[in-house]
Amino acid sequence: MNFFTHLGRYLLMLKQMISKPENWRLYWKELMHQCNEIGIRSLTIVVIISIFLGAVTTVQTAYQLVTPFVPKSIIAVIVRDNFILELAPTLICVVLAGVVGSRIASELGNMRISEQIDALKMMGINTKTYLILPKIIAALIVVPCLVVLAIVLGIWGGRLAGQLSGILPTSIFDEGLMQTFIPYNVFFGLSKAYTYAFIISTIPAYFGYYVEGGALEIGRSSTKSVIISCILILFADYVLAAILL
Amino acid sequence: MIELKNIKKSFGDKSVIKDVSVQFEATKCNLIIGASGSGKTVLMKCIVGLFEPDGGEILYDGNNFTHMHEEKRKTLRQQIGMLFQGSALFDSMTVLENVIFPLDMFAKMNAKQKTDRAMEVLERVNLTGAEKKYPAEISGGMKKRVGIARAIVLNPKYLFCDEPNSGLDPKTSLVIDKLIKEITHEYNMTTIINTHDMNSVMEIGEKIIFMHQGAKEWEGSNNDIIFSKNTELNNFIFASDFLKDAKDMRMLELKGKIDNQRNMDELLR
Repeated sequence: MNFFTHLGRYLLMLKQMISKPENWRLYWKELMHQCNEIGIRSLTIVVIISIFLGAVTTVQTAYQLVTPFVPKSIIAVIVRDNFILELAPTLICVVLAGVVGSRIASELGNMRISEQIDALKMMGINTKTYLILPKIIAALIVVPCLVVLAIVLGIWGGRLAGQLSGILPTSIFDEGLMQTFIPYNVFFGLSKAYTYAFIISTIPAYFGYYVEGGALEIGRSSTKSVIISCILILFADYVLAAILL
Repeated sequence: MIELKNIKKSFGDKSVIKDVSVQFEATKCNLIIGASGSGKTVLMKCIVGLFEPDGGEILYDGNNFTHMHEEKRKTLRQQIGMLFQGSALFDSMTVLENVIFPLDMFAKMNAKQKTDRAMEVLERVNLTGAEKKYPAEISGGMKKRVGIARAIVLNPKYLFCDEPNSGLDPKTSLVIDKLIKEITHEYNMTTIINTHDMNSVMEIGEKIIFMHQGAKEWEGSNNDIIFSKNTELNNFIFASDFLKDAKDMRMLELKGKIDNQRNMDELLR
C-alpha cells in the first residue's frame, strides 16, 4: 500500500469513529479506563524523566555559562523556558509515543487477530467509535496534564540539582523563575501537547486496528506506529514553532 | 430464512467465491462444509457482513442485507449471534462480564436482570461456577460454550458458528454439536455452521452445502450424503477406508437391509 492509501484510510477511520455511542454508560466507562491506562500508568516514567532532565539541564547550562557577566539566575530562566517550550511537551510525548503508542497498537492488533473486533462488530457496535474514540479523548485529556506535571517537576528537579551541586542557591533560582515570564509560552507548550496527544493516540490506533496476519505483524505494526508517531511529533514540532512563534 | 443470490467475492485476482446461490432453512441447523481453502469462511463472513461481496444479494427474511444502510445493519446484527473459530472472548473480562456485555450495550434491563439472564444462559451451556474466571483460565471447550452463551444472550434469530469444533477433542466436539442443535430448536433460530467435522455433518446437518474451490458443489441433508454420487463430496467426506465402511453400513441401515444395532450385536458375538 502506498502513502496515499494509508492516508485515505486513516482519514476515513477518523471520520467513521464519529458516531452516536450505542450506550453512553459503557463508553464513559471505557473513557475512564483509557484515562487510567494512558495517564496513571505513564506517571512513573514521566516523573523520573522530568526530574532528571531538569537536573541535567541545570548542570549543563551552568557548565556552558562561563562568563561572569551573565547572572546565575539566568540558568533558572533557561531551564523554565526550555521545559515549557520544548523539553516537557516534545520529549515527554516522544517517550509517551513509545509507552502509550505501542500499548494501543498491540492491544488493538491483538483484538483484530483474535477476532474480538469482529465479535464487537457482529453485536452491532461501531468498533471504531467504541475502541478508538475513547483512546483519543483520553489522550487529549491526560497528555496535556502529564506535560504540565513534567514542566513543574522538571523545574523542581533543576532547582534541586542547582542546590545539591552548589551551582546556585534556591533563592537565586526562584528569582530567575520570576524573570521575563511570557504566558504565551505556556499556550505554545500546551498547543504542542494537544497536537502530540492526537498523534500518539491516532497513529498507533490506525496501525493496530488495521493489522493483518499474526503475532509477528502485531509487533511490526506496533514498532512502525511508534516510529511514525515520533517522526510526526518532530515534524509537528517544527511546523508549530514556525507558525506560532 | 437466509437466502444468497449469486454471491461473488475475490481478493485481488483470486476468485474465492464463485456465484453461490443458496437458501438456508429457517429454524434448522444449516451446515457449510468443504476442505480448507474452499471458501466457506469467506462465504460466512460475506453473509454476516464482515466482508462485502463483490456481487450478488443476501436476504434475511426478505430484507436485502447487501444494500442495507449501516444503521439498519447494526439493528439487524442485534438479531445475529456469532460463535467465532477462536471464540473471540474479551481477554480483560470475566466469563460473566463477557456474557453480560451485549446486554449492557443493548438491553433495557437493570443490573440484576442482566446478571440473572447471563447466569441463565451460562447454566444452559453448563458453565455454572465458571462465571468469575477469565478466558485465559478456562479450556477450549469452555471458551466455545462461553462464546455460545454470549451469542444467544440477546435471544437472536440467527446463529452463525465458524468451525465450532476446531481444536476440540471428539468428546467435547459432540457436546458442542449437541448443544448447538438443542439451542437451535429451543430458541427457534436459523443456525449456519461452518465445519469440516464429519461427525457434525452426520449428526446435526439438517441442510448441508458442500463448497468446492469457491463454488457450491452439492446441497442436501445428512441422509442424502450417504447416497450421493458426487465424486468431490465423497472424496472429501469419506476420505478414509474407515469412513467408507461406516458409509456402507449407514447406507444398508437406511435402506432397511440391516437393523444396525441387532445385526451388529449378532456379528460381534
